[in-house]
Amino acid sequence: MAGTAVLERVTWRVAKVVAVHDETATARTLALAVRDWPGQVAGQHVDVRLTAPDGYSAVRSYSIASAPNSDGYIEITVERLPNGEVSPYLTQEVMIGDELELRGPIGGWFVWRNDQMEPIQLVAGGSGIVPLMAMIRSHRSAGSSAPFRLLYSVREPETVFYRDELRALSNQGDAAVITFAYTRVTPKDWPRAPSRIDAELIASGTWPPALRPTSYVCGPTLFVENATDLLIAAGHDREKIRTERFGATGERK
Amino acid sequence: MSATMNYLDGNAAAGELSRIFATDLTSAEGQCANCAAKMRFAESHLYSHCPGLVARCALCGHVLLRFANVRGRLFLDLRGMTYLRIDAAKQEEASN
Repeated sequence: MAGTAVLERVTWRVAKVVAVHDETATARTLALAVRDWPGQVAGQHVDVRLTAPDGYSAVRSYSIASAPNSDGYIEITVERLPNGEVSPYLTQEVMIGDELELRGPIGGWFVWRNDQMEPIQLVAGGSGIVPLMAMIRSHRSAGSSAPFRLLYSVREPETVFYRDELRALSNQGDAAVITFAYTRVTPKDWPRAPSRIDAELIASGTWPPALRPTSYVCGPTLFVENATDLLIAAGHDREKIRTERFGATGERK
Repeated sequence: MSATMNYLDGNAAAGELSRIFATDLTSAEGQCANCAAKMRFAESHLYSHCPGLVARCALCGHVLLRFANVRGRLFLDLRGMTYLRIDAAKQEEASN
């Protein structure tokens, strides 16, 4: 690989794991201190490269979960996939003090900048919450007054990422309007039977099209397709919907 | 789940393309050479379950880009787009 180094514009950096925190039974947040980190915009991702002793390497993309900050560290949240090559290591084996190779920040399209004043509609499916959480945190840390709203679809209550933080934000009312949707198991006495998001939920749980929100939709590819189609059917302008698909499995390659 | 639901967005190619291009190509507007649709490259459909990357037009499915890394030699085919418009000023501002 040394022969290609001269071509690399965005170089691989060394990132040291400084903290780990389990979000759910299968997802873990890693805080990474990155040497010479140039800062990021909410919504961007990083590529993580793991290299085996025999030289075999695997690269995966992970969205940054943390808001831009001046501390030189970032957080990523990794969902463990049963047959994953990289995610089992990052969620089960990696320890504080370990070093990873990382490339980024990456991507200039699926981003929210804190000078955007229009209403923002976030739609997350499962681990698709991660880059949207970076936007929510960035919105908060920037003191933005842009109206934020989140529709977050999960399998069951136990699979919600950032649970306490989202609950606290939800209770503050004006920070972000949050609607949860459950596809398999709901909390007790939940008014809606478990189901995928549909036109009714889009109507009750998202900004009306008349407000001309910019929407960010993130999750597995099928989820993103469905949600985008529903938003367009509800009257949203396709050009105001930005998407980030994680593929069929949720592990981007 | 059907294999056709395996694609990602052009966004996901940003890391590999950053090896070649100094600016972020994924937020550039590109025109499909087949159907003439103008969309951000990030909005294309990216197929990565192959040796390399293939980006297709989100509207007509035409191949916009092919990228492969063969033992350290990078192959890039962009003939599926008639042009790319890069907002350089905005990018320089964003990278500061």
